Amino acid sequence: MRFSGFRVVKEALTGHKGWTPLWRTPDPKPAYDIVIVGGGGHGLATAFYLAKTFGRLNVAVLEKGWLGSGNIGRNTTIIRSNYLLPGNEPFYEFSMKLWENLEQDTNFNSMVSQRGIINLIHSDAQRDAYRRRGNAMHLAGAGGTLLSRDQLRDMVPFLNFDNARFPIKGGLLQPRAGTARHDGVAWGYARGADMRGVDIIQNCEVTGFRIESGKLCGVETSRGYIGARKVGVAVAGSSGRVMAMAGMRLPIESHVLQAFVSEGLKPTVPGVITFGAGHFYVSQSDKGGLVFGGDIDGYNSYAQRGNLPVVEDVLEGGMALMPMIGRARLLRAWGGVMDMSMDGSPIIDKTHVDGLFFNGGWCYGGFKATPASGFAFAHLLATGRPHETATAYRLDRFSRGHVIDEKGAGAQPNLH
Amino acid sequence: MLIPHPLLGLRDAQEFTYLGDASLMNRPDPGAPDAEAAFCDYVFLRDNPAGVHRELWFHEQGDRSWLVVTRNTLTHEILGAELAADVKVGGVK
Ligand SMILES: Cc1cc2nc3c(=O)[nH]c(=O)nc-3n(C[C@H](O)[C@H](O)[C@H](O)COP(=O)(O)OP(=O)(O)OC[C@H]3O[C@@H](n4cnc5c(N)ncnc54)[C@H](O)[C@@H]3O)c2cc1C
Repeated sequence: MRFSGFRVVKEALTGHKGWTPLWRTPDPKPAYDIVIVGGGGHGLATAFYLAKTFGRLNVAVLEKGWLGSGNIGRNTTIIRSNYLLPGNEPFYEFSMKLWENLEQDTNFNSMVSQRGIINLIHSDAQRDAYRRRGNAMHLAGAGGTLLSRDQLRDMVPFLNFDNARFPIKGGLLQPRAGTARHDGVAWGYARGADMRGVDIIQNCEVTGFRIESGKLCGVETSRGYIGARKVGVAVAGSSGRVMAMAGMRLPIESHVLQAFVSEGLKPTVPGVITFGAGHFYVSQSDKGGLVFGGDIDGYNSYAQRGNLPVVEDVLEGGMALMPMIGRARLLRAWGGVMDMSMDGSPIIDKTHVDGLFFNGGWCYGGFKATPASGFAFAHLLATGRPHETATAYRLDRFSRGHVIDEKGAGAQPNLH
Repeated sequence: MLIPHPLLGLRDAQEFTYLGDASLMNRPDPGAPDAEAAFCDYVFLRDNPAGVHRELWFHEQGDRSWLVVTRNTLTHEILGAELAADVKVGGVK
């Protein structure tokens, strides 16, 4: 079933009887060419591009819960490609280009909205740093504009420009950045993959790997053994415990990040605003809720919920930046578990087990990466070679000394 | 979260800074022939368990002692805390 304006009108006139489920619910086959572990955004995008771009049809995605139950359905939906380092910037810009065509590619409304992102500047040194970042973005074709304080005042007059500690002196704007409907992204990729023959199997938890003399044969699951020539693991916050089943220790710790949504308000915040100095960022959803967040809770956690001190810290950051937020009521807060890598950057690589591939370490920035991560992982699984924009995301970069430390926080995952 | 400090009683976790896995107390021998690989594992690789985890907390806003806290990463339940100095003498499990 394809979606179109014509289809919407036709269904409206015929009582909406023609809509069908977005994907099938098949039973697992005994074996597949490629099994993807994890039906989050990255796993589903991988399956989609495997089927669409690389012509691999005998593919299954195994998800222990329901689609969208992980971080893809829990994040604050910001997409951007305003990175600095050469290992990162072309990859995120590749992702941005895929976002720009996502809805045409998947024939699904994922509500990609290029409403722009502003990183605020509070000091001359920070202006220099953002000018440099903007130049790196231009070199990768990502665009970007340095805004003066007056230009900012016109765009976002409600900010507290004269904060005593962090006065706002300007901003770096990436107009092509914005937000997307997070679970709509998962559903679009799931439907697109399913339409091309991928089996999406929910409520199927991978409980072990069958490895014989260094070669992977398949996966043990809660629904029985499933053979596979290749297995790609993309389980986000569960990276540590899933790869431990294959006997691997990773340069990763699992940490919790919280997010918050206010009651619905009239359109107020035009794009995404980040207040790095105060650890706060905010955007407004299409339903009107202010969506915001800040720092991770700071210690290892698999709890999918946070603790109050960080709630307080985030809200203090919000009040310092835009005092009017104090008038809005907070509707919801929740936490998601992320795989914080030791340099804050992701890993897309084969492992020392023949046939076992790993995609993870996305920290709290992996939503924007969903399309490129899927494409690059599909490329690696199909061809055995890394995609040209993902050559720096190797597992051995830590031992080689080629870490990609975008934030300059060293090997301290709770500081990234 | 409240941390049961062995000397000071229950203290708010906010008074502490977190370093990570308590196995970081077992620094590899820099003179060993495999020191380079051992240090790479030490600095970057983690067990990252879902469940009971022994970890280092520094009582920065308090008596400035290092604690080894045993905590369940699935529930945030704290099962105990010892002075890191005492653990060091006994050895980290
Ligand atoms: C609160 C919050 C806010 C965030 N905000 C942003 C943002 O604004 N912008 C941004 O770019 N990023 C953001 N992120 C990060 C981003 O959401 C993640 O990096 C990204 O979604 C992770 O990839 P994923 O979607 O595939 O993960 P997930 O959706 O978590 O997918 C992994 C899947 O694997 C499944 N799984 C786990 N173990 C097994 C198993 N044994 N067998 C089978 N299946 C298994 C899980 O059930 C899950 O569905 C945020 C994260 C959080 C928590």
